[in-house]
Amino acid sequence: MLDYELDKTFAALADPARRAMVERLVQGPATVSELARPLPMSLPAAMLHLKVLEESGLVTSRKAGRVRTCQIDPARLSLAERWVGERLRMWEASLDRLGAFLDATKPQDEP
Amino acid sequence: MTSTRSVTHASFTITRHWKAAPARVFQAFADQSQKDKWFGGVKGEWEPVSRSFDFRVGGRENVSGRWKKTGIVSHFDCIYQDIVENERIIYSYVMHLDDRKISVSQQCIEITPDGAGSKLVLTEYGDYLDGYDDNGGREHGTNMLMDHLAASIGE
Repeated sequence: MLDYELDKTFAALADPARRAMVERLVQGPATVSELARPLPMSLPAAMLHLKVLEESGLVTSRKAGRVRTCQIDPARLSLAERWVGERLRMWEASLDRLGAFLDATKPQDEP
Repeated sequence: MTSTRSVTHASFTITRHWKAAPARVFQAFADQSQKDKWFGGVKGEWEPVSRSFDFRVGGRENVSGRWKKTGIVSHFDCIYQDIVENERIIYSYVMHLDDRKISVSQQCIEITPDGAGSKLVLTEYGDYLDGYDDNGGREHGTNMLMDHLAASIGE
């Protein structure tokens, strides 16, 4: 169970189209049509995905004339969040090894 | 390149069910020779650098080791805050990568009987730290996040 903000981040990223958008935005800001173009979907569908990313706080956008430009909110993709993910994996791996150790040292009378 | 100082507050829980009785699970935490069998880095990828173990309330434990691929030394330093035999262990711990402090956490291990076996619930509350020059690490971090996410949802 991650905290609420992190939960929203992970939920927003739990979609290949949104991950593709984020991967593109990590390289630098892009317009909505630039983000939508490589995706196998309509522009309105891409905009719905973008809305999820904006609501998660991962992505911010601003409109200049008729062009909306999006960028990553760097605070949301901090190394600190990477540490959280790695920590969770570290403990899962440790407990996997503990489970294997308990199996390997099972006494005779244990079912 | 700017220096960023930030804290991410997060918690997570991991639950496991094992056939081993609570006393055996507890001993795997309480006995150093047993804990060394499963705690620390992966054999072959990680070699121990220093180790101490004092399993009692107020006692400290250290596990430091070098990751062969990167040369980075990770340090786990904990202090035991509460121990109830066969039932509960609470400790606070600090993690460093080389001399960089990456987190300050509290962790609670709860062991309860589950049929003939046991259920273990690990809960961590942590402050995960930035606080040094990013220098391209964020992009790397993003890719790591993606990889973890893809792995966690089985893609």
